[in-house]
Amino acid sequence: MTEQLSKRARYERARKRKSLVIATASTLAVAIALIIAIPKMPRWDRVKKSFFNGEVLGETFPKLLDAFVLDIKIFLWSVPIILFIAMLVAVTRNSRSPALFPLRILAVVYVDVMRGVPVLLWIYLIGFGVPGLGLERPWNSPLLWGSVALVLTYATYVSEVFRAGIESVHESQRAAARSLGLSNAQTMRHVVLPQAVRRVIPPLMNDMVSLQKDVALVSLIGPIEILRQAGIDKSKFASFTPYVGAAIIFLAITIPMTRTTDWLLERERRRTSGTRVS
Amino acid sequence: MQKVIKSFGTNKVLDSLDLDIQKGEIVSLIGPSGSGKSTLLRCINLLEPIDDGEIWFGGIDISVPGYDPNPVRRRIGMVFQSYNLFPHMSVMENICLAPVRVLGRKANDTKAQALALLEQFGLADKAKSYPDQLSGGQQQRVAIVRALTIEPEVLLLDEITSALDPELVGEVLDAVRNLRNTGMTVVLATHEMSFAREISDTVCMLDGGVIIEKGSPESMFTNAANPRTRQFLSRVSSR
Repeated sequence: MTEQLSKRARYERARKRKSLVIATASTLAVAIALIIAIPKMPRWDRVKKSFFNGEVLGETFPKLLDAFVLDIKIFLWSVPIILFIAMLVAVTRNSRSPALFPLRILAVVYVDVMRGVPVLLWIYLIGFGVPGLGLERPWNSPLLWGSVALVLTYATYVSEVFRAGIESVHESQRAAARSLGLSNAQTMRHVVLPQAVRRVIPPLMNDMVSLQKDVALVSLIGPIEILRQAGIDKSKFASFTPYVGAAIIFLAITIPMTRTTDWLLERERRRTSGTRVS
Repeated sequence: MQKVIKSFGTNKVLDSLDLDIQKGEIVSLIGPSGSGKSTLLRCINLLEPIDDGEIWFGGIDISVPGYDPNPVRRRIGMVFQSYNLFPHMSVMENICLAPVRVLGRKANDTKAQALALLEQFGLADKAKSYPDQLSGGQQQRVAIVRALTIEPEVLLLDEITSALDPELVGEVLDAVRNLRNTGMTVVLATHEMSFAREISDTVCMLDGGVIIEKGSPESMFTNAANPRTRQFLSRVSSR
């Protein structure tokens, strides 16, 4: 069989090889152009010394990593709460029972208000405002209330993503579920939500990556996480390299995060779908 | 059903429609598109609330506003024109969802029952497949099996072959023929005239939201009294 390739298979193989050659060549060309062009810039030397200083990077990197643990922590405890609140809000907004009307209104107001103000402002308002009420330790920590601000704002973004997903599930799916005797809640739980969530995983990931970055904003009200640590080191070493180090650390988390989701989605797609249109 | 009225906006889809269906009867609804066949089926299953009239089922008026539709739907199965299988579930999960969640059956018992039904409908090897991996005819047969596993007293079939190519229509109709021997009450909206003629006890001709003529398949197809019925039948059979 390997000897006797069909006309089509031969054509496909030749085409694949050609595409590969073109892609490699163009990538190399761009890379070489950049490597040659950038160092020719008039101030490259200074930028290199300030932003890409190996010594400073070596010195500050471990501390940055330590500080990044706090970012991860805030992220990790925020995500489940965000998803929970967002789902609750989305389902409430989608409910049809008249008894839930006040809740629907509340959900709409909540989303409109939280989403309409910059995250940073909420972090200031809630992070300084609530502890200012004179709460006892540990309830007066800006770290806690900064995270709460983050959770409350992100929950509104994510709830809109969920809502779009719920509305994208065709009415005929509900009809089929109801015709089998499933209740409204069961239809939601077993038929609508599983499909809705799968569909919105890419935009959901988008929000999660944003959140991972916006966690750094909490630093502005006190906690020493990576961005603040980088700022401290910047002053100490009079170098911007710590910021580059911080950027590398962020990328080391966010890129695998997106790649993994893409891979999971692709696997799921392959498992459940028929033939793909080429 | 008595004097059932259903409107969508100003469009009166069912206009004071009367229909009696006996237990074990197979009733075909024929008529042009927009005559109200699908709406009638959806009303029987309470997927559409009716505006006026009564729908009696086993001695109870199920159309009373506020009547809990879920117990009724457990006794009435429905198969749709576009299959409406759940794409995120395998064939087996599609079939077992309602028996397990609604009827509270044990998953293992349901699976065994589902496998037997799948076998009967020639789908035994498809239990683990997902809907998108099946042909239209296979999907529709799965939908029939899914509707049957809640062991309904009545089965509503809403133009179940309209989305299928002629070769696949046969396998789905065979599946329905299977049902004839079980004594199931079946109401089907269809454009397959020869099938309606072969399988039904009663054929109803709908036009403009009312049943304009009703009778045995023989009398309807060979000797219709209403000129509109004759006109419709001659048009569809001349295709």
